[in-house]
Order: sequence, then structure tokens, then C-alpha cells
Amino acid sequence: MANVVGLIFSNIHDKNVPELTKLRTMASVPFGCRYRLIDFTLSNMVHSGIEHVGVITHYNYQSLMDHLGSGKSWDLARRSGGIQILPPFITAFANPGASLYSTRLEALRNSISFISGCTEDYVVLSDCDVICNIDLGDMIDAHIASHADATMMIKKTFLTGDVSGVYVTESDENDRLTSVKEFTERSGGFRDVCTNIWVMNRRFLETAVLDAEAHGYTAFIKDIIQRNIENCSVNVYRHEGYFATIDSMQSYYMCSMDLLNEDVRHELFGNTSRPVYTKVRNSPPAVYSEGAAVHNSLIADGCVINGKVENSILFRGVRVGRNTHVKNCILMQDTIVGENCLLNAVITDKNAIIRDGRNLSGYETLPFYISKFAQV
Amino acid sequence: MNKKKECIAMLLAGGQGSRLRLLTEKTAKPAVTFGGKYKIIDFPLSNCVNSGIDTVGVMTQYQPLMLNEYIGNGRAWDLDRSWGGITVLSPYQAMTHSEWYTGTANAIYQNLRFIKRFSPDYVLILSGDHIYKMDYDAMLAFHKKSQADCTIAVLDVPKEETYRFGIMSADETGRIYKFEEKPKVSDSTTASMGVYIFTTEKLISYLEADAADETSDNDFGKNIIPKALADGERLFAYPFTGYWKDVGTVDSLWESNMDLLGSRPKFDLNDRSWRIYSRNYADPPHYMGGNAVVCNSLITEGCEIFGTVENSVLSSNVRVEPGACVRDSVIMSGVRICRGATVNYSVIDSDTVVGARSTVGVNREISKGITLVGGELNIPERSTIPDDTDVNEEYIENILKARS
Repeated sequence: MANVVGLIFSNIHDKNVPELTKLRTMASVPFGCRYRLIDFTLSNMVHSGIEHVGVITHYNYQSLMDHLGSGKSWDLARRSGGIQILPPFITAFANPGASLYSTRLEALRNSISFISGCTEDYVVLSDCDVICNIDLGDMIDAHIASHADATMMIKKTFLTGDVSGVYVTESDENDRLTSVKEFTERSGGFRDVCTNIWVMNRRFLETAVLDAEAHGYTAFIKDIIQRNIENCSVNVYRHEGYFATIDSMQSYYMCSMDLLNEDVRHELFGNTSRPVYTKVRNSPPAVYSEGAAVHNSLIADGCVINGKVENSILFRGVRVGRNTHVKNCILMQDTIVGENCLLNAVITDKNAIIRDGRNLSGYETLPFYISKFAQV
Repeated sequence: MNKKKECIAMLLAGGQGSRLRLLTEKTAKPAVTFGGKYKIIDFPLSNCVNSGIDTVGVMTQYQPLMLNEYIGNGRAWDLDRSWGGITVLSPYQAMTHSEWYTGTANAIYQNLRFIKRFSPDYVLILSGDHIYKMDYDAMLAFHKKSQADCTIAVLDVPKEETYRFGIMSADETGRIYKFEEKPKVSDSTTASMGVYIFTTEKLISYLEADAADETSDNDFGKNIIPKALADGERLFAYPFTGYWKDVGTVDSLWESNMDLLGSRPKFDLNDRSWRIYSRNYADPPHYMGGNAVVCNSLITEGCEIFGTVENSVLSSNVRVEPGACVRDSVIMSGVRICRGATVNYSVIDSDTVVGARSTVGVNREISKGITLVGGELNIPERSTIPDDTDVNEEYIENILKARS
């Protein structure tokens, strides 16, 4: 699959989870004890044999660059190809108002020199707010065999009446896309939803992006796919397994808690031929002291647990003091919880400090968020 | 032009460590797992890096596959460097001769060309058998200050253990005037840790003389040190007082693992001022089931615990199923303890499956000794394995034979 290049949108949907993306891109949002969101997409690409990945960034991408480094952790530190960060391209003459993009299509237009300069025939496009472990190689094979211009991954999802920004699709018996439109119905139900994971012929993408620039189009699906649905051939590829999108603080919380479910956890992490790679950090094993009691929780290395932890996700280096009870919480890297605390449905960002005796509670649908370096 | 290094380290990692029995059947002693996610070699390597030494030659000989793979390019210890870094030195063929490393001194002698490439003023000689944190830079400062030809790191050992060590006597400045290799009885309790700093010219001249001497065992403790002392060279003892454990036996390996536990562990892996580095893998976080009970233990990534774990050290990807119980044990990576099985006072090597409702070892209070289970074995369901037993393939076959 050296004939495929990957392209990841790292800032897409940042505004959906403003608390977590205030200081970072969506791609570098911490997830699942030791991962960042981009790890899932990057690992999926690498396991399909992709050796060249462009990561489109927009703003706040320092933490992302720190995470990706040389790309070595994903085996993407390569002699040629490997990982390439694509920051915004601003010329001295650009109109400051128009120079930063806000849509997927504008982001692609900004990266047109990367797209044109690639030698690969196919491109896999993906957002970075998706959590799944999928065999992209199978989708790429299906795309190549079908001779389509583009293949869209869809997932049958139950939609309620209040969702927005979701595209639902219809397709014929040959998996040819016949309709794609934004979901606006009042009534809910199962629909084939666009996952924003695509395999495209690179020339098709390049032409479409240049064409869009000439016509002043801004929206990828609306302006390119919808308009040309008769002229170009777009196929769909169904994903049957676990697939989650982080589109709100609540969904971040729920998806994290999904990991406590054995089936989800094994699907995401139990596949020995497709492990999820991430930047590794040197930390000792987790320490459970005499007074520790931990139930139904995921714990990273480097934690020191002296209290009680239930239904929670603890990132690396978290410390939980004596007689403290942590339940239904997500505690990010190096959070320190003192003694005699009670925490329920709390999300702490990195390096938060909860002093002795604090009693904090949110609710599952509205978890209480404590920002990076904050002290309570 | 090759840049000169002030001090380089030579790490002797070729030993079999036969007293670790089944654990070193397929791997060299320095590559034996310790403390959940470490290998024994991580300790001297981390000490080197923390002491500012960026050039390490690792001499391998016995079963080097796992060790070579583990070391890789040295990146985990920040020893992937453009000049220096880590180099694996295996025995080699030469025009006139080819031989295995016949002793510790011979291993260094055969690699004198490696040492000379860096023109170091000093050479630090280490072994890959010990768990400790030590600042070699402070020892080097002592060596320079004493204008020593050779400095030997020493620590106090109990009188009844002197027979296992090189024992020496030194005056108040630290100058050594007497050295005995593994004496039956001795007045002194000052023992060599097997950590030496040599001034390079002296090292080279003694190694060359030793190589020419056909009666020599080519060993530092037996030959080089006594010879240098007899010649009146300036040999100094550098006292070390911290935690130091020779993990050469199954008992000491177990004990040293247990020293990591407790609210104030004897050896602290969480010490951020002196980190121990190791190869980290992208294993998922470990999961604690709804009915899991874990106390006073170390648990590593990739584990799934549904049963009970007490006073134990678990390496990565260990699965303890519901109703299973692990106490006072050291479990290496990938081991599966099936439903209802009990493991007491045991060391279990990698990728072994303990069948459902089996019992391995007995309660530590009444046990005669540690039960050692080899790697990649399948202990059948409902087996009972007594205390103080080594379990290998043959042992398993006998269980199966007795049943059929």
C-alpha cells in the first residue's frame, strides 16, 4: 500500500469541545489513559501499509507536534515519506482575513502543493476525532477494485432528532452513492452516516480542489460531492464495528467510559495485528498501596493509587491519596488528588491538583471539567 | 576526526546466570525481567546516562537474541547517538585466532580496539547483574581526586556472605592494601560490587600482560586486581551506601522485586531525580474488573485483572481471571492465570498459562521455598504444584502422563 498517502485534518471540529481544545488541536486531545485522538487514525493508516501521512494543522498545533515528533512511534520516521505536518500556508501578500481556512475544502486548498506533489495514486482522508480500529486496507482494496473516483466510509448509526452537521447517505445495491445530504429530519432512526473517512484517487481530489477554488466553493460534501453525484462515481464502504466521534464534552465522556466495556476495549486494543500506537513515555508500573481498592477502571503506568477508584479512567502519573474516593472520573496525566477527597463525574485536564478534603461532583451528562494546571 | 570521550563504560552482559535456573534457559541474565517493565540491564544503563556517560559497549555472549533485540539502537536510554551511544560487542573471528570471551578481563581485552577509538582517559567497567542506583560521575571524581589507577566500588556485606564476593581492606584514605577473591573467612566485610574505574593506560597494560599469561583465568577479581595490588599500583575503594542487590538467584530476584513494594519501598522506581529508563511499548492501559482486589502490588500496562492480586509484581499483559488469586509472586509478561487458580510465593516466566483451579506454590508462611515456573508452559487444569519446585516442560509432561 505504498501507493496510498494519508491526509489527516487535525483541527476539524475543535469548536465542539472548546474546553479540551483551548490549548491543543482535536488531534492531540488525550483519550483512553495514554493515547491522543490522532493515534487511532494514524495507527489505522499505518496498519494498512500507508507510509506517508500529511497532517493538516491550523492553530494550536504545538502539542500535536510534540506528540508526533519524528513519527517514530508509528513507524513513520522513514527515509522518504513518513509524517509531514502541513501548517497554514500564508504569504506576505495574503489578506489576513482570508488566509486562515475554516472548512475542510479550504484546508485542502491550503495543502494543494502537498496533494499535487505526492507520487501516490490514492489518498485516504480522515478526521482525527474518530475512535475506531478498522482495516483500512480492506477499504482501499475495495476502492481500487471498484474503479470509483472516491469511496466514502459509512456507518449505520441511530440518529436522534437534535443532531446537526451530520451527513446521511443513500446508496444502491452496487454500493454506489445515490444521495448525500445533511440530516435535518425531526424524527430519529437508523441512517447510513458519513464517517468523513474517504479513499480517493489523488488526481480526482486534486482536480476537485482546484475546481472548487475556481468556482469559489467552500464546502467539500455540499459543493463537490452533492453537485457532481451524477458525473463522478462515488462508492460507499460500510464499517460494522465500533465507531465513535467526539463531538461534545458529553460524547468525550461517554466514549471514554465505553472503554470500560470489555467488547469495545478488546475491539480497539485487543487486535494483536493492529495495535494502537502512541508516543511512549518512560513511566514505572502503577503502584497499588495497601489501602487501594480499584474496580472497573482503566489505569495507566506511572499511577500511584492509595484510595478507592471506581468506573474511572486514570492517565499516566495520576496520584490518588488515602481515603479518597474517585468514581466515574477521567483524570488526565499527572493529576494529583489529595487525601479524603470525593470526586464524581469529574474530568481533570493535565497537571490539575485537587487538594485534601475537596468534594467535587458533576453529572454524567454534564461532567465537571477542571482545566490544565488548575488547583482546587 | 573522532571526538575524544573522557570516560566510557564497558558493560559485561555475557553471563548465563545459571543460578536463575529456568529464567535464563533461553535468555541472558541481563535480559531477565525485573520490576514489571524493566530488564536487569536497564539499571546500569540508566545509571550511565544519569551520570553523563554517553558511550557504552555491551559485551554479549550467552543467548544474546533477546538482549540484542531489547537494546536495539539504544534510543530508550537516549543512547542512540551520532558518536558513541550504545554498541553491542559480540565475540568475533580474527585472522590468527577466534575465541569466546574466556573471562571478564578477556572480554574487555578483545574489545580494546573499541575502547581506543574513543581515546578515553578512564574506562568504567560494569556488570549487568545488579539492581541499584549509583552516580558513576561521583565515583569518577573520587578516582581523579585520589589519583588512582583503579577504583573499586565497595559496600559493606554481612560477615556470613563474604565468601561470595571479592573482599578488601583499605586505609582511611581508601587505598586498598589487601584483596581476597571469595575468601572462606575474612576479617573485612568490605565487598567489591564489580564496578571498576580504570585509568585507561593502566587498564590496557594490565590486560595485555594478562592475555600473554597462559596460566591466567582472565578474570578481574581473580587475576587483574591481585596483580595490580602486588605491583603497588594505586588501588582505591569507593564506598557505596545505597540499595544494591545482586539478583543472581531466584530468591534474590524475588526479594528484590518485593523491595519495590510498600508505602516506603526500599527501592523507589518513582524517584524522578534518578529515573530508570526502559523500552516502553504501546500496550493499552491495564484494566481492573468490577470485582478485582489489588493491594500492595505493581501492575503494568496491558494487564487485565478480574481476581485478587496481593503483594505481587505483574509485568505487561498478564491476565488474572475471575476467582483467581495471586499472592507474594512475581509474574512475567503475557502470563494467564485462569479462573479459580491460586498462585502463592512463585515466580512465573513469560507467556505461561496456569490452568483453571490449579494451585501453584503454597502460602509463603509455611512454604519451604519459591516455586519457579518456566516460560511458555501450559499448566493443566486442577494441577497442584508444591512449594520449592521448578516446573519445566518435563514436569508438565509428567502431570499429563500421571493423569492418562
